Amino acid sequence: MDSQRRIWLIATGAATCVVGAATAVPFIESMEPSAKARAEGGPIEVDIGHLRPAEKMTVLWRGQPVWFLRRTPQMLSSLNVTQSLVADPLSHRTAFPTPAWAQNQWRSIKPEYLVVVGICTHLGCSPVDRFTPGPQPSLPSDWQGGFLCPCHGSEFDLAARVFKNMPAPDNLVVPPYRYINDRKILLGEYKA
Amino acid sequence: MAEQTLPDAGAPVAATRGGLRQWIDDRFPFSALWAAHLSEYYAPKNLNFWYYFGSLAIVVLAIQIVSGIFLVMHYKPDAALAFGSVEYIMRDVSWGWLIRYIHSTGASAFFVIIYMHMFRGLLYGSYRKPRELVWIFGCLIFLCLMAEAFFGYLLPWGQMSFWGAQVIVNLFSAIPFIGPDLSLWIRGDYVVSDATLNRFFAFHVIAIPLLLIGLVGAHIIALHQVGSNNPDGIEIKANKDARGNPRDGIPFHPYFTVHDLFGLSAFLTIFSAVLFFAPTFGGYFLEHNNFIPADPLKTPPHIAPVWYFTPFYSMLRATTTTSVHLWMAVLTAAALWGAWSLRRRIERLVVLAVGMAFLLWAMATVDAKFWGVVVMGGAVVSLFFLPWLDHAPVKSMRYRPKWHLSLLILFALDFIVLGYFGISEPSPVGYWISVSCTFIYFGFLWLMPWWTGLGTCKAVPERLVYHPH
Repeated sequence: MDSQRRIWLIATGAATCVVGAATAVPFIESMEPSAKARAEGGPIEVDIGHLRPAEKMTVLWRGQPVWFLRRTPQMLSSLNVTQSLVADPLSHRTAFPTPAWAQNQWRSIKPEYLVVVGICTHLGCSPVDRFTPGPQPSLPSDWQGGFLCPCHGSEFDLAARVFKNMPAPDNLVVPPYRYINDRKILLGEYKA
Repeated sequence: MAEQTLPDAGAPVAATRGGLRQWIDDRFPFSALWAAHLSEYYAPKNLNFWYYFGSLAIVVLAIQIVSGIFLVMHYKPDAALAFGSVEYIMRDVSWGWLIRYIHSTGASAFFVIIYMHMFRGLLYGSYRKPRELVWIFGCLIFLCLMAEAFFGYLLPWGQMSFWGAQVIVNLFSAIPFIGPDLSLWIRGDYVVSDATLNRFFAFHVIAIPLLLIGLVGAHIIALHQVGSNNPDGIEIKANKDARGNPRDGIPFHPYFTVHDLFGLSAFLTIFSAVLFFAPTFGGYFLEHNNFIPADPLKTPPHIAPVWYFTPFYSMLRATTTTSVHLWMAVLTAAALWGAWSLRRRIERLVVLAVGMAFLLWAMATVDAKFWGVVVMGGAVVSLFFLPWLDHAPVKSMRYRPKWHLSLLILFALDFIVLGYFGISEPSPVGYWISVSCTFIYFGFLWLMPWWTGLGTCKAVPERLVYHPH
């Protein structure tokens, strides 16, 4: 073939490939979460000011129940007792990574408020509250208060840390959040 | 026997027909296509039971397409309406229950047939030269079929639909760096939601079926280019009569169309029995949990995919930190053996050492969940390489050492055992059996270059072995 023509053929062919690839971009990006989905899945403000001590509320965020528990000093001191009984006291495991600012005994920014996703790390059931300490059905007699998963009996303490030898492999997930002020939390954003 | 031959017919006389047929042929190669693919497509005369499954697969594809079209007339791809619309089809649409059960039973039947069809290929070496592309198109069809089944399973929007999709899409988030964004892109939302349902519907009813039909066409065209293999693994084209037709071949139409009609009627008998008497097949074809509407806040206690995915699901579940360590040991051993055989070629040795070091580093650092996805994907992708892994001097198991057949049966049983443990709830015994079976699965395929060369094959006859009734 004429070398001049070959050059043009290659050039137009290459340009066509580039344009073709560029045309694919809108189609691929159309599959990203839409503005509506992003808005609904974006950070939300949660008012925690009305929570009384030992009260828990649940907020639905990104299709998951997120718990806000205001812990009493007694509740926080129970974490010292459970420290040696839980599988991963400082949340070092990486299967469900805990943010660095929650890798502590109380697993939160402020010890008073616990914020976790209320979905069991075993098979995704939602654990139930068992805040009253002491012996009771389906719990050990030295129970300090915490959460119990009704599906397969995984037990968690009041920092949502899983006890040793439970079906659940990990502590409950800590979602990204930050304090706007003392009464308000922005759920879904990390910056401290 | 093979010696009973008819006198060769003379050269064909080209005749012009006239009439409607000629009118069409002048404008569209109807007669030529008919001859090339049916009336003058010569298939080996000794095709047996295992050769029913190819034509049955086409019939089931047609059943799925037709029943699917009628389901789409009543189904609503909307998270708020989907579950209700399926129940509406089941209860209120005239014959809706029948059409839906045809479609759901057809899905399972499709996989039964495809697995039998693939086993036939392994049994008689149908993937080997010159049929590599037939096999590769077939593997692509299998991949499409898996995608089609996966996308379709979300549509009833039951608990198992929802959580199955959630688990599988979340697997992609295990891929380093791009994982979380990738699974977000696949879902189109932060959880499996209406957006996910809508796109899965689009893939299930348009994208994948188009691809599937195209690939089936390519599979058949490639097959008709090289000709069908047969239980003896002999190339019938090597022995032709004066007309240029294989002496051991008979025209597909009418001989095999009639033969396949018999197979079809047997299949339809079984299919109807399941359809009318056990459409859910005890929870295996339609899982019990899927009759509960999807609930993002409540996980079913035991999530298992439908039976046809469970062998691969088992491999996924069996890939934990412990078994990744076993893989590292096995791959290191393989690399050392490779290094020994490359000891005189320094550059290649360096490449192998660097590649292996990187792989071991990645396996030690990246989450086992990711390697589970790699193992599961690898189990399917490995099949593509079969034509080049098999080094046996003979195609068909009939003429290979008996223990080759035993190994193949072991491989098939291994696949069934994996499937069984993929359905069962996780247990330590099941885990170790699944780990062993995963290694057997990959060992059978990737050690083929070694074991298929061992043993003495029997002499392959020149003509087909055929016993007239």
